[in-house]
Amino acid sequence: MAPTVDLEARFLAYVAAENKVEPKHWMPDAYRKTLVRQISQHAHSEVVGMLPEANWITRAPSLRAKLILLAKVQDEGGHGLYLYSAAETLGTSRDQMIDDLLAGKAKYSSIFNYPTLTWADMGAVGWLVDGAAIQNQVMLCRTSYGPYSRAMVRICKEESFHQRQGYEIMMHLARGTQEQKAMAQDALNRWWWPSLMMFGPSDDQSPNSAQSMAWRIKRKSNDDLRQEFIDKTVPQAEFIGLSIPDPDLKWNEERGHYDFGAIDWSEFFAVVAGNGPCNTERLEARRKAHAEGAWVREAASAYAAKQSARRPAAGLPAKPHAA
Amino acid sequence: MSTPDQWPLWEVFVRSKNGLSHKHSGSLHAPDAEMALKNARDVYTRRSEGTSIWVVPSSAIVASAPDEKEVLFAPSDDKVYRHPTFYEIPDEVGHM
Repeated sequence: MAPTVDLEARFLAYVAAENKVEPKHWMPDAYRKTLVRQISQHAHSEVVGMLPEANWITRAPSLRAKLILLAKVQDEGGHGLYLYSAAETLGTSRDQMIDDLLAGKAKYSSIFNYPTLTWADMGAVGWLVDGAAIQNQVMLCRTSYGPYSRAMVRICKEESFHQRQGYEIMMHLARGTQEQKAMAQDALNRWWWPSLMMFGPSDDQSPNSAQSMAWRIKRKSNDDLRQEFIDKTVPQAEFIGLSIPDPDLKWNEERGHYDFGAIDWSEFFAVVAGNGPCNTERLEARRKAHAEGAWVREAASAYAAKQSARRPAAGLPAKPHAA
Repeated sequence: MSTPDQWPLWEVFVRSKNGLSHKHSGSLHAPDAEMALKNARDVYTRRSEGTSIWVVPSSAIVASAPDEKEVLFAPSDDKVYRHPTFYEIPDEVGHM
C-alpha cells in the first residue's frame, strides 16, 4: 500500500474538479517542480523582456511615445516581480532564481533574443509578442495553482494596454509615408514567425504538455493557442494594410480557421540552445545591471540594519493601529 | 553577485477606496518597512488601485493549516439556522 499513490489520485481528482491548489496544500513533487520551472522562466521572460524595449526609450519619436514605453517597460518589471513571488510560494528563493538566470542555467522566452532594429519593432513587439503572450496568459488565469493564477489575472489586466499601444504604433506607421509603411511591414516580416514560435513546439513534439493538461496547469494545447492567435491577428493586419509574410496563409472555410505555412522549428531550437542573435547580449546586460546595482542593495541593507539597531521595534511602523 | 542575506518578505494589503477593507495584493522583498511601502506603491498601485497600503512581515502572519480545514470550518456547515433563508416568513409580512 503506497500512500502517495492515494494522495496523487486525490490530487488529480481535486484539480480535475477545478479546485485551486494553494501553497500549503499537499502536491506531487513533480507538480511543484514543473511549476517552479515554468513560473520562474515566465518571470525571467518578463525581466529580460524589458531589454529589447528599453533599447528605444531614449530614441522614442515623441514625449508621448516615450512616456508610454517607459510605463510599459516598468510594467514588465512589475510582472516579473509578481511571478517571482508566486514561484517563491513553492519553496524556491528569489536569490536562487536570479542566480540561475545570471549563470545561464535558467531559460526565458526565446523571443527576447531577437533584436529591435527600428521604431516599428516597438509596434510589432507590443502587437504580436504581447499579443501572443496574452493568448497564453489568459489561459493561465485559470491555471490550477492559486498564486500563479492570481498573478496572471493581475498581469492580464495590465497587458492589454501593451498590445493596444503596439497596434497603435503599427497603425500610425502603416498610414504614414511610404517609408514608414515599409518600416512597419519589415517589422511584421521579422516578428511574425518568432511570435508564432512563442507558443512552443507542436503538441506531438511537446512531451510535457499532456501532464500539464492533466494537472490543469495548462488549459489549452500549444497548437490551439497558436491557431487562436493567428485567427485573431490576420484581420488586424489586413485592417491596417500590412501583409502577413506567409504565402500559404489562407482562410479555410471548412475548418473555420486560417491555414498557415510550416514553421521553421530548426530556428526555434537554435535560439533556445543559445544561438539566437542576442542571447549573449541579453545575459550580459542582466549581469551588468545586477553587478552595478550591488551597491544599492548593500546600502539598503546597511541602512535597515542601522535603523533596527537604533529602534528595538524597527522595521515595524511605530503606530498603535495600522489603519 | 547576490545580496548576502535575502531581504525579508512582506505581504502587501491595499485599500482600493475609503470605506473598503484592505485586501491582499501580493508580496515583495524589502530591507525594511519603509522600503517595503515604497516598493509596494510602485509594484501594486501603478494604476490608482489604492488609497492606503499596509505592509506586514510575512513571518508575522500565522496561518491555519489546510489539514485543519475540517476541524475549523466543518462545524458551521450543519448550522443552516444561522442563515436568514432558514426561516419561512409569509410573503404578506413583506421584506424582512
